[in-house]
Amino acid sequence: MAFISSGYNPDKPMENRISDIGPRHYSEFLPPVIKNNKGKWLWHEIIEPGVLMHKAESGDEVYSVRVGTPRIMSVETLREVLDIADKHCDGYVRWTTRNNIEFMVDNKDKVQPLKDDLVSRKFDGGSFKFPIGGTGAGLTNIVHTQGWIHCHTPATDASGTVKVVMDELFEEFGQMRFPAQLRISMACCLNMCGAVHCSDIAILGYHRKPPAIDHEEVDNLCEIPLAVAACPTAAIRPTKTTITDKKTGEEKSVKTVAIKNERCMFCGNCYTMCPALPLTDAEGDGLVIMAGGKVSNRIDAPKFSKVVVAFIPNETPRWPSLAKCMRQMVDAYVKGAKKYERFGHWAERIGWERFFEATGLEFTHHLIDDFRDPAYFTWRQTTNFKF
Amino acid sequence: MPKHETPLLDQLESGPWPSFVSDLKRQAESRTQKQSEIQYQIPVDVVDDLLGLLELSYVEKEVHWKHGGIVGVFGYGGGVIGRYCDQPEKFPGVAHFHTMRINQPAGKYYNTDFLRQIADLWDFRGSGVTNMHGSTGDIILLGTTTPQLEEIFFELTHNMNQDLGGSGSNLRTPEACLGESRCEWACFDTQELCYQLTMEYQDELHRPAFPYKFKFKFDGCPNGCVASIARSDLSFIGTWRDDIRIDQEAVAAYVGGELKPNGGAHAGKDWGPFDIQKEVIDLCPTKCMWMEGGKLKINDRECTRCMHCLNVMPRALRIGNDRGLSILAGAKAPILDGAQMSSLLVPFMKVEDPYDNIKEVIENIWDWWMEEGKNRERLGETMKRQGFQKLLEVTGIPADPRHVEHPRFTPYIFWKEEEVPGGFERDIADYRSRHPK
Ligand code: HEM
Ligand code: HEM
Ligand code: HEM
Ligand code: HEM
Ligand code: SF4
Ligand code: SF4
Ligand code: SF4
Ligand code: SF4
Repeated sequence: MAFISSGYNPDKPMENRISDIGPRHYSEFLPPVIKNNKGKWLWHEIIEPGVLMHKAESGDEVYSVRVGTPRIMSVETLREVLDIADKHCDGYVRWTTRNNIEFMVDNKDKVQPLKDDLVSRKFDGGSFKFPIGGTGAGLTNIVHTQGWIHCHTPATDASGTVKVVMDELFEEFGQMRFPAQLRISMACCLNMCGAVHCSDIAILGYHRKPPAIDHEEVDNLCEIPLAVAACPTAAIRPTKTTITDKKTGEEKSVKTVAIKNERCMFCGNCYTMCPALPLTDAEGDGLVIMAGGKVSNRIDAPKFSKVVVAFIPNETPRWPSLAKCMRQMVDAYVKGAKKYERFGHWAERIGWERFFEATGLEFTHHLIDDFRDPAYFTWRQTTNFKF
Repeated sequence: MPKHETPLLDQLESGPWPSFVSDLKRQAESRTQKQSEIQYQIPVDVVDDLLGLLELSYVEKEVHWKHGGIVGVFGYGGGVIGRYCDQPEKFPGVAHFHTMRINQPAGKYYNTDFLRQIADLWDFRGSGVTNMHGSTGDIILLGTTTPQLEEIFFELTHNMNQDLGGSGSNLRTPEACLGESRCEWACFDTQELCYQLTMEYQDELHRPAFPYKFKFKFDGCPNGCVASIARSDLSFIGTWRDDIRIDQEAVAAYVGGELKPNGGAHAGKDWGPFDIQKEVIDLCPTKCMWMEGGKLKINDRECTRCMHCLNVMPRALRIGNDRGLSILAGAKAPILDGAQMSSLLVPFMKVEDPYDNIKEVIENIWDWWMEEGKNRERLGETMKRQGFQKLLEVTGIPADPRHVEHPRFTPYIFWKEEEVPGGFERDIADYRSRHPK
């Protein structure tokens, strides 16, 4: 593996340096039918699940075929996407916010060959490479974060849990039989990089044990004041302890930290600062399920999701309890909700006491908020409830 | 032959949804096969080792990555996420596995030439594994070694005219919905505003000088397809202030069943014949619509532009012509005091090049937040600590009932001295002249 230089000279980093040039201008990448009709679209129709048609003032039409992806994409598969785009779409393609790909063609006749091509492609393991769907009142792709594939604080895997849930609900990706759209999101720790807190259903990785303390390493690996300052709940304080030196067998006093376990909210910020404070733990870690949020302003204001399942263990590799829970929630929603009701509208209309009956989920004391001031306003401050 | 046995991950190859495991295996195999053709600049078995490490996490149910430390490209404080594995002896291919964030083009349209260049570069100098895209919007290139960072940056900037995105306490890569490019509801050109502000604030994007991260997102209308209201410090959401344009013939066609309501979005189930009263008029949150002589009437003054009726009847109802955007501020994820949505700050602003009105709001907010924000305090937290009134003060925006869900509950108003006639300095002798001890 010989090192091949790009032309960069490490001795003179500023030589020929180009910086602050930003992204490419999007107009370089718009397919002609999009470029020609930009800002002049009249209306759209989802002509079948996964296929949108947009009509422009000029009479032009663009047909977009939407397919799901697992977000992780190797360049081998990416090149396959590009080959399809070259073959059917004059070399253009786009991605949606929720990790779907849209292949666009400017004529209805080009739709069927494109679709046939897409569904014919499967991975060696048997799964579809490019399942068509994700439109309208149905299930679209899950937005998610890194998990065990790349981050340092996850309490679960993102790609695995997403795969399991999309397999379980797969037929809904290609149908539009829900009362409204259902947006599922996944984040692998409570930092919620994916901002899952406003989703119809959110899957969230959660640690349940405070960090372990590697007293031997704290002072070597970490700036103790930084670790102390990192803790959002002020659970960490500097202290000293006595450890036995492994080599000499001598007792010695070292600087370290102490953690007030009852204050810890299991966020992992201390581990970000200090690798001697690991959180990850097979028994402690697992999932929280939240539901009933949304971001659209349609009919009413955006809403936060609420915790409806306090804990599901990490049952690798296929998380059966997670899959079952998702199925229960989706089935109850499809059965009970009125047309146009998002998941949260339905839960609020029937009342949360009925929600737990309808879904068969168990209500436990963990679901009553006890975190700081906002908790008070989540308790029921009225005599209006259902028996 | 795969380098590591992965019996648990193999179980994620079954099922219909595209399997990331199958995809990673494909990449691993391709590297092994092509190693005589391509002089891979990082270990050939990087993806094999990624699979091996992930399998270990599946067995142990614990993560094996460590936080990254100081890696990056010269002169930038973001765009690279350092990552090291805690089992480098067993999995040397992923001993270093840093991520690079590539600033995506607004709306995420591409031509195949550009992405082929990215694919070739990343195959050659990285793992060949990407995220299309990360949650912020960037193209994520997942996994390379430290010596390759500058090389990749050099090739990106010199050969592809392409820059990195943001990470750390700076402006994060802004993101927009596809807007006018393909959506009839876009009230401004989300892509252009996103691009222009990204360019205007390159320094803020690349060189962390903020108390914490800061995000812009641009939604063309209140449907909020990029969720700006939930996940950006400043949410730019398109709106209009004149009347919804009505095509009465199309209304009649919806009522008569000739046009599919909801653009066909509910076609998978028989919901019965379309009922405009029940499905549109009764669901209008402001009850500002009615039928009169077979025509749909809207009292636009009362409409809050929730988009419901337009979503149901896209061919009959269109956004108004006097368009612009609203600016909301302060969204953040739950840590620490709970999640926050953005709060309405600017009810309406026109969107016109050179966008000075918008930049003024942004810069006023930054000046205040950089001065007053504590370390690792998101804008929404500074707003909470110092109050919405303070935000109005620093942006010079007059208070307006549109700023509140309802007026305050408590009468505990912190009057300022200059607001009370005579000020706070009292003359006790004067008081005593009227109220003897
Ligand atoms: C003891 C030293 C360090 C501490 C306390 C620390 C702290 C943190 C924290 C709290 C985050 C959370 C995400 C965020 O703030 O946006 C983070 C993420 C990150 N850190 Fe570190 N870090 C340290 C070392 C470094 C250094 C020196 C660098 C590189 C110059 C670095 C690069 C990053 C990057 C790129 C992220 C990406 C996550 C993101 O911003 O989305 N870290 N770090
Ligand atoms: C103290 C809290 C946080 C820490 C320590 C943290 C740390 C990190 C780290 C290390 C990564 C890189 C993951 C990887 O690629 O290896 C990351 C990614 C990211 N973070 Fe955070 N983060 C924090 C809070 C947040 C919050 C509150 C948000 C959003 C409001 C956020 C948004 C993101 C996004 C969008 C990504 C990209 C995720 C992806 O696409 O997979 N982060 N964060
Ligand atoms: C029938 C009405 C609607 C149509 C035709 C529509 C149109 C679109 C379009 C064109 C996109 C792609 C945007 C992009 O990737 O930049 C999109 C994505 C999205 N829209 Fe809307 N929008 C509609 C209503 C809504 C509503 C009411 C919501 C929220 C409640 C919503 C939430 C989203 C979300 C979350 C995405 C991301 C989906 C994905 O990327 O796969 N949309 N929508
Ligand atoms: C220092 C604070 C407070 C003082 C000195 C105070 C004093 C009083 C007094 C003297 C009365 C009786 C008035 C009368 O009938 O002559 C009263 C009534 C009442 N107070 Fe307060 N109060 C205080 C705070 C509060 C607070 C914080 C609340 C509720 C959040 C509250 C709720 C009430 C209610 C509901 C009544 C009955 C009103 C009625 O006659 O319908 N008070 N308070
Ligand atoms: S949600 Fe948590 S574990 Fe997942 S990528 Fe973000 S910080 Fe890492
Ligand atoms: S995990 Fe979070 S709450 Fe717990 S000690 Fe660490 S920083 Fe504090
Ligand atoms: S936010 Fe509005 S304008 Fe943008 S894509 Fe979604 S529906 Fe269209
Ligand atoms: S946009 Fe919403 S508030 Fe306005 S008329 Fe339509 S349904 Fe009513």
